[in-house]
Amino acid sequence: METLFGIVVDGVAYGMILFIISVGLSVTLGLMRVVNLAHGAFAMVAGYVASYAAQGLGLPYAVGLVAAILFTVLATLPLEKLLYRRIYGSANELAQVLLTIGLTFVIVAGINYLFGPTLKRIPLPDALLGTVAIGPKSIPVHRAFVIALGAATVLGLWWLLERTDFGIKLRAAVDDPNMAAALGIRTERLYTATFALGTGLAALGGVLGAELLPLEPYYAIRYIVLFLAVVAVGGAGNILGSAAAALALGIVDTAGKYLIPSFGEFFFYAALILILFRWPHGFFQGRAA
Amino acid sequence: MGGRDTGAVAIDPSPQVAARGPWFRRALGGAAVPLLAAAGLAAFWLFPNDLGLMTRIAATALYVLSLDLVLGFGGIATLGQAAMFGAGAYAAGIAAVHLVSDPLVLLAVGGLAGGLVALVTGALILHARGLTLLMLTIAVVQIVQEVVNKARDLTGGSDGLSGIEPSPLFGLFRFDMFGRTSYLFALAVLLVGFLVARRIVRSPFGLACRGVKEDPLRVAALGGSPRRYLVTLYAIAGVFAGVAGALTAVTSGIVGLDSVSFSWSAEALVMLVLGGAGRLVGAIIGTVAFMTIHHVMAAIDPFHWMLFIGLFLMGTVLFLPGGIASLADRLIKGNRA
Repeated sequence: METLFGIVVDGVAYGMILFIISVGLSVTLGLMRVVNLAHGAFAMVAGYVASYAAQGLGLPYAVGLVAAILFTVLATLPLEKLLYRRIYGSANELAQVLLTIGLTFVIVAGINYLFGPTLKRIPLPDALLGTVAIGPKSIPVHRAFVIALGAATVLGLWWLLERTDFGIKLRAAVDDPNMAAALGIRTERLYTATFALGTGLAALGGVLGAELLPLEPYYAIRYIVLFLAVVAVGGAGNILGSAAAALALGIVDTAGKYLIPSFGEFFFYAALILILFRWPHGFFQGRAA
Repeated sequence: MGGRDTGAVAIDPSPQVAARGPWFRRALGGAAVPLLAAAGLAAFWLFPNDLGLMTRIAATALYVLSLDLVLGFGGIATLGQAAMFGAGAYAAGIAAVHLVSDPLVLLAVGGLAGGLVALVTGALILHARGLTLLMLTIAVVQIVQEVVNKARDLTGGSDGLSGIEPSPLFGLFRFDMFGRTSYLFALAVLLVGFLVARRIVRSPFGLACRGVKEDPLRVAALGGSPRRYLVTLYAIAGVFAGVAGALTAVTSGIVGLDSVSFSWSAEALVMLVLGGAGRLVGAIIGTVAFMTIHHVMAAIDPFHWMLFIGLFLMGTVLFLPGGIASLADRLIKGNRA
C-alpha cells in the first residue's frame, strides 16, 4: 500500500514533468513536422539559467523560473529563423534529426564550457520543502506543486487550443497547412509563435523537473529518448494524447524502478514496442504527421 | 587508413577529367577497391604506431557500411544499428571464451547473430515509418542492452567481456601485440565486405530496394512486396553489422556495453552522413574522417569535440547535403556550368 502510494505520487509527478516538456515537442512535430532532438537541450538550458539565477545571483525561485523561460524563448527564436525554417515540413527526416543532433552537441559543449560538468541544483524555496497531508498520507510539497502545475498546463493548453483564436488557427494549420495559408492564416507567424510556446514549455519543465531529471551537460542527450517516446505514444500534435502517454509512461517507469530495479528500463521499452507495434501512429492517433 | 588517402578517392578537381564525367565516375567506381586497399596499406607503412586506432576504424567502417545499406539504399532511418553490431560482438566474444577460437569462425558467428537479431526485430518493426520507426529502433537497441546487462554470467554485464583470445589466422598468422595482424585482417575483411555490399546494391534485389526507397507504392503496384524487400535488406545489413562487431571483438579482445548503445547507433549515423549516405564509399570516407577527428579532438577535451562535430554536422546538413563523397559531383557539375 505504501509502495503503491509512492508509485502513484512519484509516477504522476514524473509523468507531469514528461508531459510539460514533451507537449511542446508534440505540437511542433504535429504542426511543423520537425523531429526536434534539440528540444531536451532547450529544457536543459532553462534549468541551468534558473540554477544560475538562484545560486549565482541569489534571486528567488519564482523570479529564476520566469527569467529562465524568457531567456530560453528569446535565445531560441533566432534559431527558429536561421535553422528550423529551413527544415520545416521537409520530407527528409534524416536531415532534421542530424541538424538538431548537431545543435544539441553544440549546446551540450556550450553548457559545459559555461557551467562545468558537475551536477547543478536549483535550490527550492522553503514553501516547497515540507510535506503536505492528503488524508492519512503525506506527500512532498514539491511533488504536489509539480502535479498541480502540470494539471494547470493541461487545462491552460486545452483552453488555448480549443477556445482562442490562436488555437483555432493552429489546429487548422496542423490539419492542412496549405489550406490554412490559402485562407489567409499567416502560417509563418503562427509557426514562430508555436515554436516559442513549445520552447517555453520545455523551459518550464526543465526548471520544475530539475529534482527528477538532474541537470548535467548530458541531460540533453540522456532524456530526449523519453520525450520522443511520449510523443510517439501520444500521437504527434495531440495534447490530451501526450498527457495520457506521459502519465502512463511515467507510472510504468516509476513502478519498474520501485518493484524490479535490477531490470532497469527493460519494461519501459518493452511497453513502448508493444504499443507502437499495435498503434504505429500513436495510441491516441495524432492529427497529422 | 589515413584520412587524406581515402579522401583522394572522391575528390579530383581536374577540369579535364571532369569534362568526361560519367565515364570518369564509372572508372573511379571500378578503382574504388584497389584505391582503398592501396590507401589502407599505405597507412599501414606510414602510421605504424596507430595500428590500434586504424584497426578500430576499419571495423567501424564495416559497421557504418551496414547502416549505409539500410539507410542509403533502403531509406530506413534507424537509430538502432548498434543492436546488431553489439549482438555480433557479444556472440563472437562468448563463443571465443567458451567454444571456438578460430577468427574466421568467430566472424561467422557474429554475422549469424547480427543477421538473426535484424531478421527478428526487422520483421517486427518495419511496418512503421518516420518517428515511430525511429522510436522502435531506439527501443530495440535499449532492450538488447538491458538483456546483455542482465545476462551477467555470460556477458560480464557492465564490466564488459574480456579474455577473447583468437587463435592464429589460418593457423599461420598470430595476432601479435603490435596489432599488425589485426590491422591487415580488419582491412581485408572490410575490403571483402565492401565488394560484397557493392555486389548486393548492384543486383536486381538492390535495385528493388532503391525502388522501395523512392516509391514504395509503385513497387507494390508492380507486384513487389516493399516490406519483404526491406526486411531482407535489414537482415543482410544485420549480418554486416554483426561481422563488424565480431571483428571488433576479435581484434580488440574485449566487448563493452557501449557497443550496444543508442549513442553508438547515433555515431554511426553521423559518420555516414558526414561521408555521404547512398554510396558505399561515403560510409568509409565518413568513418575515417569522423574517427580521425574524434581521436585528435577527444584527446584535448571531449566537450570541445562535441562542439566541433556539432557545428560540422549542422554545416553538412545545411550546405553539403550529400556529404563529403558528393564533393566530387559538385566539382564536376560546377565545372560544366
